[in-house]
Amino acid sequence: MAKSHKPVVWFPFAAGGTVIAFCMPVIVLLTLLAALGHAPAGLDYQNMHVFARSGLGKLIIFGVVALSLWSSAHRLRCTCYDFGLRADTLAATVLYAAAIFGSIASAVFLARI
Amino acid sequence: MSRKPLVRECPPTTWYFRQPRYMRYMSREITSIFVGAYCVLLVVGLQRLADGPTAWEGFLLALQSPASIVFQILALVAAVYHAATWFNATQKAMPIQIGEGFVPGNLISGAHYAAWAVLSLIVLILAGVF
Repeated sequence: MAKSHKPVVWFPFAAGGTVIAFCMPVIVLLTLLAALGHAPAGLDYQNMHVFARSGLGKLIIFGVVALSLWSSAHRLRCTCYDFGLRADTLAATVLYAAAIFGSIASAVFLARI
Repeated sequence: MSRKPLVRECPPTTWYFRQPRYMRYMSREITSIFVGAYCVLLVVGLQRLADGPTAWEGFLLALQSPASIVFQILALVAAVYHAATWFNATQKAMPIQIGEGFVPGNLISGAHYAAWAVLSLIVLILAGVF
């Protein structure tokens, strides 16, 4: 059977698309509330710190951020192509590298908390 | 080679203006720009949180700039549009068969919408919005 590296790209894309659909609107809503001066208590440093310190919190934050980054990178690659950028290898390399870098950075930040 | 090969004309940068359905496809594609940019914002926020209380307060304060508010409103619209189109597509992407028949598509999408509403409500309650 022919082997393809596509599932490796595809699985995090589909998982990320689902995570974005379920979680992103409410996350944006929370930061938007904070931006409008109505920051909910959950966004206080104390509460965020406690959440990000717990193992479950770290797992949730990393899962949401890393999967969303990867899914966005994959979608942006397709968007670049659709808008007429035919240098697909370049776009894929830059965007996936950025997603991997962002995921590693998130893991490092979480480890520091 | 005597026959002329078929060359389909497809302008690479303007093809989507041809049909409303292409435009709808592209409008969904564009949401990835805002969602992707917002993901970067999340990573920056995580860095500020790791840097301590002062950095975190500064991050929350920086969110209040007019440009940031406009961006977040656009990101919210993009995220909701992505979610709605994603849930609408679930009934095509994973039809569920029971016996001879299929579960009605709207039931599958509807279940996703319901789960989305419940999850969002739980997050809002846990975050202390209400």
